Amino acid sequence: MTLVAASAADVREAVLSTDGPLLPVAGATKPALSTAQDTAATPLDVSALRGITSYDPAELTFTARAGTPVREAAAALAEHGQYLPFDPPLADAGATLGGAVAAGVSGSGAFRHGGVRDFIIGVRLVDGTGSLIAGGGQVVKNAAGFDLPKLMVGSAGRLGVLTELSFKVFPHPRATTTLSFEPLGRDAALATVARLARGPVALDALDVEPTPDGSRRILARIGGDPAALDARAVRLASYVEAPHERLAPDEETALWRDTGELRWAAPGALVARIPVTAPAIPMLDAFLAAHRAAARWTLGANAVWVAWPAELPPRELGDALAGLGLTAVALTGTGGPLLGARRGGAFAARVRGALDPDGRFAGADLA
Amino acid sequence: MNDVVAALGGIGLGDRLLTGPAALAAFSSDAQTAFQQRAIAVVVAETVGEVQAAVRVCHAAGVPFVARGSGTSLSGGSLPVEGGVLIALNRMNRVLRVDADTRTAVVEPGVINLDVTRAATPHGLYYAPDPSSQSICTIGGNIAFNSGGAHCLLHGMTSNHVLGVRVVLPDGELAELGGPSAETPGPDWTGLFCGSEGLFGIVVEATLRLMPVPEAVRTSLAVYDSLEAAGDAVAQIVRAGLLPVALEIMDALAIEAAEASVKPGYPPGATALLIVELEGERDVVDADAARLDALLTASGAREFLATEDLDERALIWKGRKAAFSAVGWLAPDYIVQDGVVPRTRLGEALVEIGRMSEESGIRVANVFHAGDGNLHPLILFDSAVPGELERAERLGGDILRLCIALGGSITGEHGVGIEKREYLPLMYAPDDLAAMRRLRDGVDPAGLANPGKMLAPEAA
Ligand SMILES: Cc1cc2nc3c(=O)[nH]c(=O)nc-3n(C[C@H](O)[C@H](O)[C@H](O)COP(=O)(O)OP(=O)(O)OC[C@H]3O[C@@H](n4cnc5c(N)ncnc54)[C@H](O)[C@@H]3O)c2cc1C
Repeated sequence: MTLVAASAADVREAVLSTDGPLLPVAGATKPALSTAQDTAATPLDVSALRGITSYDPAELTFTARAGTPVREAAAALAEHGQYLPFDPPLADAGATLGGAVAAGVSGSGAFRHGGVRDFIIGVRLVDGTGSLIAGGGQVVKNAAGFDLPKLMVGSAGRLGVLTELSFKVFPHPRATTTLSFEPLGRDAALATVARLARGPVALDALDVEPTPDGSRRILARIGGDPAALDARAVRLASYVEAPHERLAPDEETALWRDTGELRWAAPGALVARIPVTAPAIPMLDAFLAAHRAAARWTLGANAVWVAWPAELPPRELGDALAGLGLTAVALTGTGGPLLGARRGGAFAARVRGALDPDGRFAGADLA
Repeated sequence: MNDVVAALGGIGLGDRLLTGPAALAAFSSDAQTAFQQRAIAVVVAETVGEVQAAVRVCHAAGVPFVARGSGTSLSGGSLPVEGGVLIALNRMNRVLRVDADTRTAVVEPGVINLDVTRAATPHGLYYAPDPSSQSICTIGGNIAFNSGGAHCLLHGMTSNHVLGVRVVLPDGELAELGGPSAETPGPDWTGLFCGSEGLFGIVVEATLRLMPVPEAVRTSLAVYDSLEAAGDAVAQIVRAGLLPVALEIMDALAIEAAEASVKPGYPPGATALLIVELEGERDVVDADAARLDALLTASGAREFLATEDLDERALIWKGRKAAFSAVGWLAPDYIVQDGVVPRTRLGEALVEIGRMSEESGIRVANVFHAGDGNLHPLILFDSAVPGELERAERLGGDILRLCIALGGSITGEHGVGIEKREYLPLMYAPDDLAAMRRLRDGVDPAGLANPGKMLAPEAA
């Protein structure tokens, strides 16, 4: 049975009246998050909780109900030349703002200005006691009270049901272009990424995609004033030893859209995102290669996207990650929301106990 | 109480356990000196183990404790609590690692903000959050308050640059939150810990994000005949889609104070000054500078200058960054406030503050982070004049209420501390506050970590 909530009051009612855990779902684009692992959780459909509640372009802030599709938000912002700089994935597939925050996963474009945590400024949510609580606000700077908005990033619907979200937004770069470099070996690619990430050319995205022969193609995007773009592209190329191609405008738009829609992953694969730093990549990469799992580095080697073959057990990935001290957020497939090492220790357990003392959500999945 | 001191003596701190009246007096307030309280003992910790041991002793005895970095809090955050222990972290001041490839630094909590940048500079990197107090305040204090600075308009606050923390929870247990990556899997525990004002325990190590030193930095100084005109220029810059790293305004009184103290040489007779800073890649700064100059010319600036010269830039910033201490030249006492309003309502807020100032006969100097609506009204008074302190405090309260009424916040970066805790309930509903109390009680059931700060004691 699926419960449906069209208002914050409905969400409260559902939390207070349901036995056993609830799990919010909206766009259902990230099934590994919106289905429970071991528990028989009741789905709570919050996709009707949608609509932009306040947006003043001069304010550079934006507030919408949590079930609002990312696409709808992006379209409203684009009318005023603004965007969500954390570039939430799966927008075309129907991802919602609430799902983007709950997943805590950003897209390739987040390399420039930061991820979800850097742009969320306010939340309303219903916690496990059924209380509707607000944290943060609608101004870009606010140090009053505990930072509940940040806590909700990555909470995977397991600490509360998000009902409304506020973000700061930025002006969209007026023009963009992308350079695609000839593939390099793994170590050369890693060294090049480290060099590019340290500037001086400010990149909007810095991804590395695998090639069939096991080498690595660096994709670097720059954005900004159209007048400066050509010179900057030439300069960017000068920092990389491999030859490059500058993608045509429609090609580059398609490339980044397809990347964000996870179209590079084989259908049916478990797609997960693993936050890392460069030194962890060689061992992770070797493990994934041995299992024929496609690995795509993103955010300047601060995260690895993995497409884990459908025929392999997710547990095997989880165990290997735990051994490496890494954690993945699974988006598709089963076995989510988290695979591998757990973080937060006693602090996490206490916070979870405070927001959901009676286990109204499938929070055990986080531990 | 003596039992606690005796137990602390058993940790092996030697002369780093301070109990003498002179030592306790030295730690009896932070930079908000209106509040004074002596701790029963001060622990000057040098290791994680010592912090943990001291917290365990306090926990076992049910004695409250307060962490302290450099004591530059402006809201009474590091004020000792009655009958409690103060744990000073300023000796845990090592930068443990700088990793150029991952652009991160691992530091102890007592590291001075600017020392992180000093350690990163040889790698072409720097630490972005830059409170005006950056040459004295510590990373631990910055994390506790989620401190900001003039450049957080583009780069964000402290918490946007803290990737992970190692913390001693209020019962002495250690927890690791976050990690070295720019992204966190699962709930952002680190994000929740940042800005918790010492109520969740003590940070003993932090992993910080470093940024590449920009190759070009261009600072503009524009002079206006009215605050409104300066404010309008800010709105135009935002509307044009420019992304400066800093947008700061000073009013006539603040300019006067700056000239009287650090003498930055601002153009004489200015009613309002706007500082705009662009930084980044050479080509980007050049392209943006052309558009910015056109905007400033059209905005009715009486005059403006722009410079990339390091010394000239430093002089422009000197007057701005010294503004708090500079007003000491205008009045014996001042209260600095930190309210936030939506950026489009800045003009309205300033007019109203001006009116309230006139009405109360208390002068207010304004310096503020105009780009993000963060006001810093400096309320000038003389506590020797009977009634002035009370009137100044009342004016301060009225300004905070104004910020809330306009849809803003009572603090953008200085924290609630003890000073503004009565105002938190004006900003958040009872259920919101109850949830915050539940979080606090969950993490610190005995209520020992910095009690009475941020959340006012509940009426019995
Ligand atoms: C002249 C001046 C200018 C200033 N300018 C700015 C500015 O531009 N922007 C801004 O944001 N602030 C500013 N401040 C305020 C102040 O400097 C900041 O709040 C700073 O972060 C405090 O750091 P500290 O080391 O002095 O902390 P303290 O004052 O010692 O402590 C501050 C709070 O942090 C807690 N704390 C300290 N260390 C730890 C730890 N390791 N773990 C947990 N909790 C801890 C304390 O309990 C207290 O609640 C200014 C202050 C002054 C005096």
